Order: sequence, then C-alpha cells, then structure tokens
Amino acid sequence: MRQLDIFIAFFRSGMLGYGGGPSAIPLVKKEVVDTYKWMDDDEFGDLLAIANTLPGPIATKLAGYIGYRVGGILGLGTALFAAVIPTVFLMVLLLTTLTQFKDQPWVMGMTKAVVPVVGVMLAVMTWDFFKKSTSGLGWTSAIILLIISLGLMEFAHIHPAVIIIVLMAAAWIPLKRKGKKGESAEHKQKRESV
Amino acid sequence: MIYIQLFMAFFVSNILGYGGGPASIPLIQKEVVDHYHWLTVKEFSEMLAIGNALPGPIATKMAGFIGYQQAGILGSVIALFATIAPSVLLLVILLRILFKYKDSPNVKKMTNYIRPVIAILLGLMAYEFFMNSYGDSGIWQTLFLVAASFLLLEKLRVHPAFVIVGALVYGAVFLA
Repeated sequence: MRQLDIFIAFFRSGMLGYGGGPSAIPLVKKEVVDTYKWMDDDEFGDLLAIANTLPGPIATKLAGYIGYRVGGILGLGTALFAAVIPTVFLMVLLLTTLTQFKDQPWVMGMTKAVVPVVGVMLAVMTWDFFKKSTSGLGWTSAIILLIISLGLMEFAHIHPAVIIIVLMAAAWIPLKRKGKKGESAEHKQKRESV
Repeated sequence: MIYIQLFMAFFVSNILGYGGGPASIPLIQKEVVDHYHWLTVKEFSEMLAIGNALPGPIATKMAGFIGYQQAGILGSVIALFATIAPSVLLLVILLRILFKYKDSPNVKKMTNYIRPVIAILLGLMAYEFFMNSYGDSGIWQTLFLVAASFLLLEKLRVHPAFVIVGALVYGAVFLA
C-alpha cells in the first residue's frame, strides 16, 4: 500500500500546514522521517538544502521528490496530488460560493474587513524577509540593495523579474575577498532554514 | 491563447520566487493583476485572504483558483503544472549535481541577493492593501482592524485561520 502511504503522508502535511508551504516543512519531516521512515534526519536535511538551491514552491518540490523516490513516477504524481489538489479544491469551492453572493452587503463587509488583516500578514512577511536580508548580507549591503531595488521597481518601473535575474547572475561573479563575516552569516542561515 | 498566458504567468512568477511559495505572492500579483488584468487588486486581496484562511501551500492555491476562474478545469491544471512541474522536474533530474552545490556560497548569495527584492515587493503590497482598506472602510476601521489583527497574530499567537474568520464575521456585522 505504498501509494496510499504516500497519499496520506502528503495529504496530512498539506491539510495541517498554515501559512504556505515553508511552514509545512516540519510536518513533512514528521511524516517522512518519523512516521514512515522513508529517510533519516540527515537525508531529509540534505534534501531540504538541495531543494532550496532551486526556486519555486518548497512544499511541492519536497512532495515530488520524496514521492518519486518512494514510489516512482506514480509516487511522484500521488504525492503532488495529495499535497495540492485538496486545498485547491477547497479554495475554488469557497471563492466561487462567495462570488455568487458578492452583491450582498454582508459579503462586501466581509471582503472589506479581511483586506487590512491580510495587509498585516504581508507586513509581517515583509519584516521577516527584511530581517533575513540583514542577517544574510549585513545591514549596510541589505539596506543598499533595498533602496536600489525600490528605486528600480517603483521609479524606473523595471519588472522585478529582470532585477531578480540580474541578481541571480551577480551571485556567481567571483569575489576575491573572503572573510569570516560571510561564514557566520551562513551558519545563522542554516539554523533558520531547518 | 489563454492557456499559454496562464502557463507563462505562473511559470515566470514561480521560477523567480526564491524561498518557497510565499516569496512568489508579489510576483504572481504582478502577473495576474498588472500584466494580464485577470483580477483587480481588490479581487486579488480577497483571494489572498481566503487563501490564507485555508491550509496548504499558497502558490498552488492561487494558481489552481486563478486557472479555474479564467479557463475552467483545464486552466486550473495548466496553471498548477506551470507552478509545480519546472522545479520538481529540475530537482528530480538534477539532484546529484545540485548535491554538490547545496553548501555553495554562491547559492546562498543568490538567496541573499534576492531577499531584499522580495521584501520590497511584499512591503509595497502591504502598503497597497492598507491604502485600499483606507479608501473602502475609512481610517478608523482600518486602524482598528490592523491593530487588532497584529495583536492577535503576533502577540497572542492566535492561529491565522481564526483571525481571518474573525475578520470575516466582524465585516459581515459591522461593515455591511
């Protein structure tokens, strides 16, 4: 019943994780390492580090790879299906229902009230990314990058995709200077990512 | 061709998002609101709100819904495919090669360089949400909802789903 196990593992970690994929990582680990013992702690840690070298949603990268390793191509499909489809289904159901009543004053009130709350959630995420930027780059470089990217996006109207691609390329330009500062930032990051 | 547009929108916004799905949120907004005009800012914020009230990965919830809304079940499948498949395939195929880079300082630098950009994008989005709320509900309701939800989420550590449901109930009663 390998496929069923895969389904249950990723269904559970998907349905219990709030705040997007990254917050579900410990739940995935619990299923994969503790419950089903498909991997040990170290292997999972390695996989997470490798998955983080690639862009894209983390929950589906983990589900896809682990599903593939445990149950082949079919396992990959099962894991992704379990991680994604139930919540997409709920989302479509809830939003289409709400849209049907969107002219009702109480539904309009609901929408109005929820906007500032999501604003707060975004502001908290902003702060999170800001803090991670300063711990990864140091205050000075982080602030300089923040100001430059704000200027380019808001005032020069350059698409963020362009800026991101340029920065990704810039990361591979070799720098001669190698200090201890970079190392300690790395360690900090490692702790955060687990 | 709506299917190709859906594919491109979600491919681009997810392949540029470092740090998991939430990092892609502002990039998705850029595509679906600014570029393709499938949703207004308001509709996008409603969707994000409902998405945050539900469990599971956020990038796929948005892709699945927007795809469905624009082009039915097939649209939903295509948007999800564009969101998930590129990174999963790369991971499965390149795992051995990527293993060598997992501790590479250049990979860390890449993440470090991109974070400030994502921070700015998220910050601008938050600002937009607050301004929208100020326009729709006025300064006092906005301030009240911001303060109350901040307190509940960050200080009292109430589960986000409950906070959203609370806001929905409050809105249905007091902002109707």
